[in-house]
Amino acid sequence: MSIEIRNISKTFGAFKALDDVSLSVGSGELVALLGPSGSGKTTILRIIAGLEQPDSGKGEILFNNEDMGEKHVSSRGVGFVFQHYALFRHMSVFENIAFGLNVKKRAERPDKGYIRAKVQELLKLIQLEDLAGRYPHQLSGGQRQRVALARALAVEPKVLLLDEPFGALDAKVRKDLRTWLRNLHDKLHVTSLFVTHDQEEALEVADRVVITNLGKIEQVGTPDEVFHHPASEFVMNFLGDVNTFHGRIDEGTVSFNSIEIPLSENHSQRKGQATVFIRPYDVTIDTTKPADLPALEAKVLRINAAGALVRVELVTDLGKNLTSEISQERFSSLAIEVGGKVYVRPRHIRIFTQ
Amino acid sequence: MASLNSSKTMPLGMPITSNREAAFIRILLIGIALFFLGMFLVMPLILVFGYAFRDGFAAYLSSFTSGESLAAIKLTLITAAIVVPLNTLFGVAAAWAIGKFEFKGKTFLITLIDLPFAVSPIIAGLIFVLLFGSLGFLGPWLLERNFQIIFATPGIVIATMFVTAPFVVRELIPLMQAQGNEQEQAALTLGASGWKTFWLVTLPSIKWGLIYGIILTNARAMGEFGAVSVVSGHIRGLTNTMPLHIEILYNDYQMTAAFAVASLLAFLAVITLVVRLLIEWKNSRDNALAIREAQQEYQS
Repeated sequence: MSIEIRNISKTFGAFKALDDVSLSVGSGELVALLGPSGSGKTTILRIIAGLEQPDSGKGEILFNNEDMGEKHVSSRGVGFVFQHYALFRHMSVFENIAFGLNVKKRAERPDKGYIRAKVQELLKLIQLEDLAGRYPHQLSGGQRQRVALARALAVEPKVLLLDEPFGALDAKVRKDLRTWLRNLHDKLHVTSLFVTHDQEEALEVADRVVITNLGKIEQVGTPDEVFHHPASEFVMNFLGDVNTFHGRIDEGTVSFNSIEIPLSENHSQRKGQATVFIRPYDVTIDTTKPADLPALEAKVLRINAAGALVRVELVTDLGKNLTSEISQERFSSLAIEVGGKVYVRPRHIRIFTQ
Repeated sequence: MASLNSSKTMPLGMPITSNREAAFIRILLIGIALFFLGMFLVMPLILVFGYAFRDGFAAYLSSFTSGESLAAIKLTLITAAIVVPLNTLFGVAAAWAIGKFEFKGKTFLITLIDLPFAVSPIIAGLIFVLLFGSLGFLGPWLLERNFQIIFATPGIVIATMFVTAPFVVRELIPLMQAQGNEQEQAALTLGASGWKTFWLVTLPSIKWGLIYGIILTNARAMGEFGAVSVVSGHIRGLTNTMPLHIEILYNDYQMTAAFAVASLLAFLAVITLVVRLLIEWKNSRDNALAIREAQQEYQS
């Protein structure tokens, strides 16, 4: 089942949560809505589910090209997973999962035997077969979220919507669950859309990532595309750490801080103010000034060697802070220490002009 | 309770007595509290039952069998049987609207619901006399159509409804606000209708608060004196409720009978307290579970 929304806007009082947003999700895709809080990602999800009504007007919500705008939440056939689980506190795990089947109209309701088998099957899927009789307060956060997912899947939704599904869990459980979710999706292929503010989660799990900011969609693309080919300054800044410089483009070179870097042929026509972005892993460090390559003079402020890469905090000769990430081998061969003078050189830069 | 909890969380080796008052102050304070509790709560209760049974069990029972007593008990039960369901409905509906939705004039509505608490019951009674009495605003019109409200059962019911209106709402609003809308929304996405969502999700989660609210409403509906006294007209055997009947018996120096009927109302009070205890015990158990599970989550 494909999802498509066209020209959706939503205002809460004076706050414009969504501003003419359009988005389409292919059948069987797993798509992440990623953005800072207040960027409208949850609102998109809730409007698709029917839990929120878009501003009246021209907007459209389509499932497989069928208009859903007038349909009530309960008849849209969506599975919704809430950040805080929203399990029914007074019902056991079994009753929670069976709820969607039990509330069906008598004519459509499957018989008891089918419901029991279906719940068993889902319990197996979420690996909680032994806990059918437990109540939500007797489960851990991770277990509760899996029950919430099973409950949503029990009615065989056409679309699965997850609102920060792992947001309330601690880091370790979160990592396990996101891998599990990915595997589950590969097994079930139900069109899924999940909201997250955790870029690592989005880039690792999703087929495609939708990046939202200030009620608009900034970029849609595969994790690889949005990370390596960000469409805007916002996306560049939002995904991963980045060093930012303000500079100028003139006569085929970009100058910032105290260096000039020649631009490649196809960029040489541009001119004017520019913002220069350099990823920390693209900042190389030398103890001697490299011959004929542009380099900045800097002082080492702090070194953090705990991790796969060594993080070096630097300050340039013009007082600008800068972060570099180098390999452990490079770090030991350099023998740098805090307070020492080094030369840094950007290996790769990305420029956005106004 | 509080001091127990705080001493538990204290690191080992800290002098436990450091936050305790000297022994005599503790004994003094506890003594004063117990004295007042005994004097003003336990003693009257014992006295009511003591007086009621003073002339033996047979005399106690015979106090109820007189026609006027039976009529008073019957009227009280009828009043409660009408008022309690209506105010339960009103209470759930109002709490639902206030607790789960945002709308203009919400604060005003909450204030309005509290009005019966703020107004003296006598005034509440007088309002209805002014409205429905033979010289009142709507009274003559109603009397022309042979419909008497004041000095009759409808007036008693209306006055009682007014006085007991806030109990269920007040119990439910904080509960509903704390629980939010997520469970209901989850039910809706699972295909449940609004009606099923209410019965299967909302109602069970407010069950205990609702039960307590109903019991409070019932206790007050049966025990209300002031407002009912104004609208009833004290017609013996006809418009006297239990509290009004008790006053009449008392003024007639029929002590045993007065206290026997009073003991019924006192008994109601005891039941209310027991139910409250049960609910609080259940809540604290749920809270303890919630705390334990939160800790487990933190540790895992």
